[in-house]
Amino acid sequence: MSEKILELKNISKSFSNLIANDSVDFDLKKGEIHALLGENGAGKTTLMNILYGIYKPDAGEIFLDGKKIVISSPRDAIENGIGMIQQHFSLVPSFSVVQNVALGLKEMGIIPDLSKIRKKIIELSDRYKISVEPDAKIWQLSAGEQQRVEIIKLLYVKSKIMILDEPTAILTPQEAKGLFETIKEMTANEASVIFISHKLKEVLEISDRVTVLRHGRVIGTVETKGTNENDLARMMVGRDVVLKTDKKPSHPSKPILEIENIHVMGDKGIEAVRGVSLEVRGGEILGIAGVEGNGQRELGEAIYGLRNYTGNIFINGSKVRPGDVLERIKNHVAYIPQDRKADALCGGLPVYKNLFMKAFSSPIFSFNPYFFYPEKLREPSEKVVKEFSIAASSVDQEVKFLSGGNMQKVVLAREIKSHPKLIIAVHPTRGLDVGAEEFVYNVLLAQKEKGTAILLIAGDLYEIFNLSDRVGVLYEGQIIGYSEPDESHIEEIGLMMAGVKK
Amino acid sequence: MSIFISSLISVLIALIFLGFIILSLGDDPFEAYWQLVSWAMGTVPGLIQSLVSMMPLLFTSLGVLIAFKMKLWNIGAEGQFQMGAFAATWGALYLFPNIHNPWVMIPLLMILGAAFGAFWGFLPGIMRAYLGVNEILSTLMLNYVAIYWVNYLTYGPWKGAGSYNFPITAKFPQSAILPQYGSGGLNFGIIISIIMAFFVLYLVKYTKFGFHLEIAGDNLRAGEYAGINVKKLIILAMVIGGAISGIGGMAEMSGVLFRLQPNFSPGYGYTAVIIAWLARLDPIATIVVSFFFGALLVGSQQLQLFMQIPSSLINAFNGILLFSLLASEVFMRYRIRVVRS
Repeated sequence: MSEKILELKNISKSFSNLIANDSVDFDLKKGEIHALLGENGAGKTTLMNILYGIYKPDAGEIFLDGKKIVISSPRDAIENGIGMIQQHFSLVPSFSVVQNVALGLKEMGIIPDLSKIRKKIIELSDRYKISVEPDAKIWQLSAGEQQRVEIIKLLYVKSKIMILDEPTAILTPQEAKGLFETIKEMTANEASVIFISHKLKEVLEISDRVTVLRHGRVIGTVETKGTNENDLARMMVGRDVVLKTDKKPSHPSKPILEIENIHVMGDKGIEAVRGVSLEVRGGEILGIAGVEGNGQRELGEAIYGLRNYTGNIFINGSKVRPGDVLERIKNHVAYIPQDRKADALCGGLPVYKNLFMKAFSSPIFSFNPYFFYPEKLREPSEKVVKEFSIAASSVDQEVKFLSGGNMQKVVLAREIKSHPKLIIAVHPTRGLDVGAEEFVYNVLLAQKEKGTAILLIAGDLYEIFNLSDRVGVLYEGQIIGYSEPDESHIEEIGLMMAGVKK
Repeated sequence: MSIFISSLISVLIALIFLGFIILSLGDDPFEAYWQLVSWAMGTVPGLIQSLVSMMPLLFTSLGVLIAFKMKLWNIGAEGQFQMGAFAATWGALYLFPNIHNPWVMIPLLMILGAAFGAFWGFLPGIMRAYLGVNEILSTLMLNYVAIYWVNYLTYGPWKGAGSYNFPITAKFPQSAILPQYGSGGLNFGIIISIIMAFFVLYLVKYTKFGFHLEIAGDNLRAGEYAGINVKKLIILAMVIGGAISGIGGMAEMSGVLFRLQPNFSPGYGYTAVIIAWLARLDPIATIVVSFFFGALLVGSQQLQLFMQIPSSLINAFNGILLFSLLASEVFMRYRIRVVRS
């Protein structure tokens, strides 16, 4: 257990003027689970991409079993027994599990012996208790099952070092538990695991040691046994963090959003939302939990009018037309989409134009469409930038050069400033660091107190617990049940996320 | 600033390339460059001719510029221009034979030219907005329809009396001709084209339409998110652009040629694509660049006259220029580094 199999020394890497890794030291012992903890943008993924040969470090050395090695491509990494499961899987959807495993093999030859591979997959899945159906096509599998295929791929090539990048983001709590068991089984078989995460709870649960990164530097490496949530959070953020928001009791008023039995098509032509009805009242936050890909995105887009649907949606008591975004905006509906860069921002335009993107659709503005001076938007924008502490060099800075957190602040500022009566927020803190997360929470809670109705669609259960007054669980396009937003109900919610009805 | 430099470098690359072609023809490239600019930009009649050539280029460049702002690749200015010319001829010779007052006739022809140009933009616009048909293909195809339509008319039913069997229509009546200044071809159409540039500047910079073009041009999805009717905007951008190119066709007829004939355009609408890019979609810069290209066109005729170098060489120059312009886009966004492993 004490033998170091991997050592990274003094690794530095910068992208133009951003320092992603600043002389980082990291080591891994045999059979150990070493967590790499840090906020988004702290440099965790960069460091692992260097180890996996995707990036070339500017400086630093890598030692494997005490010998210095140079890894210049993922192929090198795999040959050295290093495997990585990235956040986005590298699987061919139309191929079967066996074919996907065969794809990465060196000794595949021109006609691969699939039956041999199939046999070995079954062997591996028995030994590590990973249930996979070798002949299933990838597109038929859930995200959790696809992750298991990725694990099988690593086991198949006998990876000694496995890097898992935010592996629980797409899993139900039960599936995560299963993953942890698999990881422990792997380490019992002499493999070592680097576990990347920004979630404190799971790091404490799974790892033997934790290394915390902040702004590209190692803040410290600690034994998991000797630490706790607050200590780790302080290391991560650099100051004390209130992990629990102070949720005041809510006083819901009349219903602002009413949805009656809507059906929404997904991009693949399959019905993504299958008969959802719900109601959100003014001054309350309804949380929608669920594993990603169960219709969350489609539900949010349908309510905001970006996607067609059948069924009825009422806002403030009056029925709105499907696919009419303008009508929503006129009715004071704000929308914080999941992928803000792709859906809610113009990266090539300056901050001030982004803040006033709805200049001609929002009812709070009355600009003359024939004499419009964008220059006049600068001054009010400067105020907003200050109020929301958006870190931009000036209001003229193009939004694509802002960090993820500041981009989200631009969206948030624009939406909150429109005096919304209803906010639809989809994964509002995804990709944000703890500081920005806190900011988003406070803004949403303040809006709730003002009497705004908020529909919060989120993947992170703790986010939902922190903010919402009720939780509904979305499973395969249906609300499978409601529960209390409290940790004591996590088992029940987890089961519902997996499709088990109450 | 870097944008300006990259445009300049693109021109330089194209000039060097042109030099090699001229060299391969056995001529002195520097003498050719001199011929290209000395008369067209250095003498009064040359300058006047350059201005006359600038006019159709400016109209069509402004036409495509509006669609380009939205990243709609409208390369149909040639067809829209020809349809405008066709409509003006139709009006001048066949529709309004009894109107003798130019104050009535000219605006009527202008509206007619704009309407037909707009229609030629509307077709690909509506196909793109509602059916997702790629506008590059549809606008390009419609160019040929317009060109052959003009050919058909001039070789057939509209062949003018007294044309000695040449495929040209009769001459426009006096009421359909724009005011002329001097004998060099200087006409009121040039002034209209410059006014148009300022109008387009106003349109793209100081109106709701322009603001929405900018948003949807940067990110179409964000445009939808902001409550912009993107389908309507696509059609509008194509229609307005088409109308401007159509007015250009009308101005070419009423201001310069006075009769419709096949191949009356040496591909103004295609050169417009290059001009709009070189001017980086800035309407005022478009005036300057259009003038430069007008002068080049005039200069290339000098080349043919005095050095027997085919004037179509200028098309090769244009092609290389667009190519290096597009390449410079890539270089502005990415940096090439040599990595030694």
